[in-house]
Amino acid sequence: MAHIAEHYTAYHPRWLRPHISTYWWLRKRSYFAFILREVSSVFVAWSVVYLLLIVYAVGQGAVQYQELLEWSRQPWVVIVNVSSLLLVGFHAVTWFNLAPQALVVRFGHTHLPGSFISLSNYAAWVAVSAIVAWIVIGG
Amino acid sequence: MIKRSAEPLLWMVFSAGGVVAALVLPMLLFLFGVAFPLGWIAPPSATHLASVIGHPLTRLTLVVVCTVSLFHAAHRFRYTLYDGLQIKHLNEIIALACYGGAVVGSVASAYLLATF
Repeated sequence: MAHIAEHYTAYHPRWLRPHISTYWWLRKRSYFAFILREVSSVFVAWSVVYLLLIVYAVGQGAVQYQELLEWSRQPWVVIVNVSSLLLVGFHAVTWFNLAPQALVVRFGHTHLPGSFISLSNYAAWVAVSAIVAWIVIGG
Repeated sequence: MIKRSAEPLLWMVFSAGGVVAALVLPMLLFLFGVAFPLGWIAPPSATHLASVIGHPLTRLTLVVVCTVSLFHAAHRFRYTLYDGLQIKHLNEIIALACYGGAVVGSVASAYLLATF
């Protein structure tokens, strides 16, 4: 290895670093879907904040709760929440579709098919959603 | 003493939050964000919601849902800025802002539900 060091010069060659545009994710549908899925994180955070606003209003009493319901009917709030529902839904679908890659259940030499894993995730989604709706609306 | 990286723990909370957010949040958003405001379904009374949230199991569930969902969002948003917008030189500040936000939100949710 020593003979390589002898060829060292003070002049370092330029790094080969191709410039990648900030808008690289607009070039392909799959790139755009990737970024859309990443952006869903903002809407997940908003959903938690919105949920806490509801909890706070309910805790303050019936009047504050009615005021919050009024506020939630404003067009911009509805637009934000419809966008959130679409993106959080997109997160859910992509998450469940990816589950077979993350979770491999083996039985001896064989393993459960991926479709079984994603289908059981969807079944859990339906069950949890039904329970949540039943609890919120009041049985 | 071995210096351990926080990354595996962060990825674990990211996964847990991903599952919880996917399972629980869409229905809550549909009801409170779309169906009740647009009048598709009559919203529940404050008394009913107060009794639902008043149950210790609901409060514990909500704190867990809020905490893991916020950490999931923080972790994903951190990497959106890192990969998507290629903001790599502000790595530490972005991480601090994202996880800091998640910590503040989690503490707020725990306080709100503990004192409900």
